[in-house]
Amino acid sequence: MITAEWKPIEEMVGYLRGHKKVLVIGCATCVAECAAGGEREVETLAPLLAMAMQNDGNPIEVKSATLERQCEPEFLEAIAEAAAEADAIVSVACGIGMQLVAERYADTSLYPGVNTTSLSIREEPGLWTSRCAACGDCVLGFTFGLCPVARCAKSLQNGPCGGTRTNGMCEINEDTPCIWRLIVERATARGRLEDLTKVRPPKNWSNSPAGGPKRMLREDLRS
Amino acid sequence: MSLHAGTKLEKVLAAGQFALTTEVGPPRGPDVEEVLKKADILKGMADAYNVTDNQTAVVRMSSIAGSKILLDAGLEPVAQMTCRDRNRIAMQSDLLGASALGLKNILAISGDHQGAGASGKLKGHPGAKGVYDVDSIQLINIIKNMRDEGVQAGGDTLTSKPQFFIGAAWTPLGPPIEFRVLRLAKKVAAGADFIQTQAVYDIKAFAEQMAKAVDMGLTEKTAILPGLIVPRSAGMLNYMNKNVPGVVVPQELIDRMKAASDPQAEGVKVTLELIEQVRELPGVKGVHLQAIEAEELLPEIINQAGLSPRPEV
Repeated sequence: MITAEWKPIEEMVGYLRGHKKVLVIGCATCVAECAAGGEREVETLAPLLAMAMQNDGNPIEVKSATLERQCEPEFLEAIAEAAAEADAIVSVACGIGMQLVAERYADTSLYPGVNTTSLSIREEPGLWTSRCAACGDCVLGFTFGLCPVARCAKSLQNGPCGGTRTNGMCEINEDTPCIWRLIVERATARGRLEDLTKVRPPKNWSNSPAGGPKRMLREDLRS
Repeated sequence: MSLHAGTKLEKVLAAGQFALTTEVGPPRGPDVEEVLKKADILKGMADAYNVTDNQTAVVRMSSIAGSKILLDAGLEPVAQMTCRDRNRIAMQSDLLGASALGLKNILAISGDHQGAGASGKLKGHPGAKGVYDVDSIQLINIIKNMRDEGVQAGGDTLTSKPQFFIGAAWTPLGPPIEFRVLRLAKKVAAGADFIQTQAVYDIKAFAEQMAKAVDMGLTEKTAILPGLIVPRSAGMLNYMNKNVPGVVVPQELIDRMKAASDPQAEGVKVTLELIEQVRELPGVKGVHLQAIEAEELLPEIINQAGLSPRPEV
């Protein structure tokens, strides 16, 4: 799923000064799964924002709604009336949903209530960990199904750096396993450690965000 | 045997002499005098001097500029190059620039992650965007292809071939331990002519890893220089043992430093013993000797180890 985290309330307060009627909108998909922008979080954030604005000396009227999905145009119509009454919208969906809302309700100020952070799984209750970096050049076929692009702090392609801790965790985060340690363990268990001894050439990043905005065109689906 | 770059380090190794390298960290400012002050202490003591590349993500004078200052002062540099701050375009351009300035020893490393944090009072740049376009093994191979084939990573040709003696790092005692020699083999296959290792204190464990490298024939293809850092206190060894990945310090060595009435003198003694011990290991071609923030200790150690004067080659 796409994960997101609330922005600091102070940052949201900064956005909302000068506004009077604010609509907070959530999304019941990914950000609900990661407990940042679902209905429960929206209903928590809305009164918090009202209180923070009150304390800031800039009281606002807050309404809230949670859409099925913010990244599909048809779901955005559900808030047409509320959006028309609001002079600002705070979206707690991922950056994709936010931008679709900003496009549909272009006359209303749109502010992010979250930072979109990763493509992760829910590993345990209350713990999400990165799995994919959308690099556009998947290497999982060479790395026994464990991604070093997303899960190595240096995105190394040829094995672990010198920063693997004695307990096998990553130097820069003691709670994150060195993914190359896990890759080596899995290769060893499969009797295929030899596979990891081939030098992998530099990656082609041109199909990643580094290559410019993605435009995926499927002619067969356009007629 | 034809030489790749004909640097002093390469010639010393080619002549079968026991090589000695050390490190000169560039200053956190544009101060040539600071570099020269360290150069003055160490001149003639080593065959080559590593110039670090913004270690711990704290900004310092660039490795290439620092290397050029050393070269002009009569010390042969090893310019370190990390994959953290530059993409393959910038690195190759800097390599051509380094070559134009007469810098021929290059050490290709991944580099400290920008989030790994500076030590002590320094802040570093934890909010910087790390590049890591290529990794150290890919960089080694890029340098080799520039040198041997006169070709850039993208496939375009160079107008002439730069001469480099290519170095790489090795952490022999880091987990996953079974992969460390295989990773060394990848570096050698990619083109590493010499290897400087993470600091070694556990000679027994290091000897086991070296024996594997010898068995795989790696020591025939590359020159391994174990890293030795002069211990100055039990606290320092404890810190490295706990906090520096890949550095394993036997408890008896920590106890010995703790019991010493003059820890600095004991550290010198320990270092001399470590030099002797690694020197006896098959496949070891020299040492990479460092005294962090205590360069003034090195001349005494090098003299007492019988490693001075350095061979004329």
